[in-house]
Amino acid sequence: MKDVKVLGSGCKRCIETAALMQGEADRLGVPIRLEKVTDYAEIAKFGIASTPGVVVDGKVVHAGGLPKVESIAAWLSS
Amino acid sequence: MTASDFTGKPRPVTTKLLVTVLLVVLWVVVYAALSPASEWIVRQLPLDPAGGTARALAFFIYDTPKVLMLLTLIVFAMGVVRSFFSPERTRALLAGRREGVGNVAAAGLGVLTPFCSCSAVPLFIGFVSAGVPLGGTFSFLISAPLVNEVALGLLLALLGWKVALLYLLLGLAVAIVAGMVIGRLHLEGWLEDWVRALRTEAAPLAAERLSASDRIDAGVEAVRDIVGRVWPWIIAGIAIGAGIHGWVPEGLLAGIMGREAWWSVPAAVAIGIPMYSNAAGIVPVVEALLGKGAALGTTLAFMMSVTALSAPELIILRKVLTVRLIAVFVAVVGLGILAVGYLFNFLFG
Repeated sequence: MKDVKVLGSGCKRCIETAALMQGEADRLGVPIRLEKVTDYAEIAKFGIASTPGVVVDGKVVHAGGLPKVESIAAWLSS
Repeated sequence: MTASDFTGKPRPVTTKLLVTVLLVVLWVVVYAALSPASEWIVRQLPLDPAGGTARALAFFIYDTPKVLMLLTLIVFAMGVVRSFFSPERTRALLAGRREGVGNVAAAGLGVLTPFCSCSAVPLFIGFVSAGVPLGGTFSFLISAPLVNEVALGLLLALLGWKVALLYLLLGLAVAIVAGMVIGRLHLEGWLEDWVRALRTEAAPLAAERLSASDRIDAGVEAVRDIVGRVWPWIIAGIAIGAGIHGWVPEGLLAGIMGREAWWSVPAAVAIGIPMYSNAAGIVPVVEALLGKGAALGTTLAFMMSVTALSAPELIILRKVLTVRLIAVFVAVVGLGILAVGYLFNFLFG
């Protein structure tokens, strides 16, 4: 079970990012626990300056804009 | 020698570069043909060429493809350039910079660093908590919306490169000076408490290496996103502009928006703040208004106040700034825009 957090205030791209993460996880058959972090103070603690951000198992792997599908596959399979 | 020389098959990146170059050449050819083509179309219409309807139609038929084409090219180019800058890298560049150099760098990076408006608050917190001075953070936050590719592209298309360049320089000047003033006032205490308490380390993000193909994709994505969003505004703006161009009598606006009316600049700034729009719909109207006696400084001050001081953005920033700090921000930026308005009116009178 991978722990995935999508960081963002709830804008369109953040919602798309969360959907992408879930979709790729389902496609690859990797079980994940997806959490959306919308609180600005919480987001800031991860040290990113642009959203959407992605955190996999406590590690920030992405910040700003939609992540690429190939990148998502790499994060989930590592 | 590349790998493709041996296999004989072109690599996908090379093909993409080639297609991009061809499209740009095609763009230039079509752009050059726009003026004769639109004149020819208007001549085919059963209208009196000196009449208002013919003049309005000529304006619309020529300006619509011209503006959309120039904007597409500029947004694409900015998309490619911006793929070299990320907010995280920008923050690292600006952390701990001194006043002056820091403000200039922040204003410049505000133009080049991509971030969507919904990122304004995380970005603000990210900058401040990582040690970017408050004045530098504000220089960045002012220049980013003020000097954007849509504003620059439209000004270039409709009012020429001199006005576009002056807008760029004066927009940067407003961002630099306003940021320095806010920095000098030492208002760190006017941030919301929880923001001041935060001290974060930048996330150790592995730097993504982008290929030329990725950067072209970034340009295409920017066009799809920005031009896809603003084109209805532009066409509406051009339609209104065409109406003004065709039917409003010369000199009608000189009394209200002309340079003789000194109060028109502050009025333009005050009207601009609550308006939530982008420059897209306004510049074509501006072009037509100018032809009828409106002053350039007044109309540009209006445009700057719409883009730099929008009420929705102020409401978002309220999450991290106290009301007092927001008031200082509006006052300082508003004064800067006023100065630019009067300066433009003076220079282009």
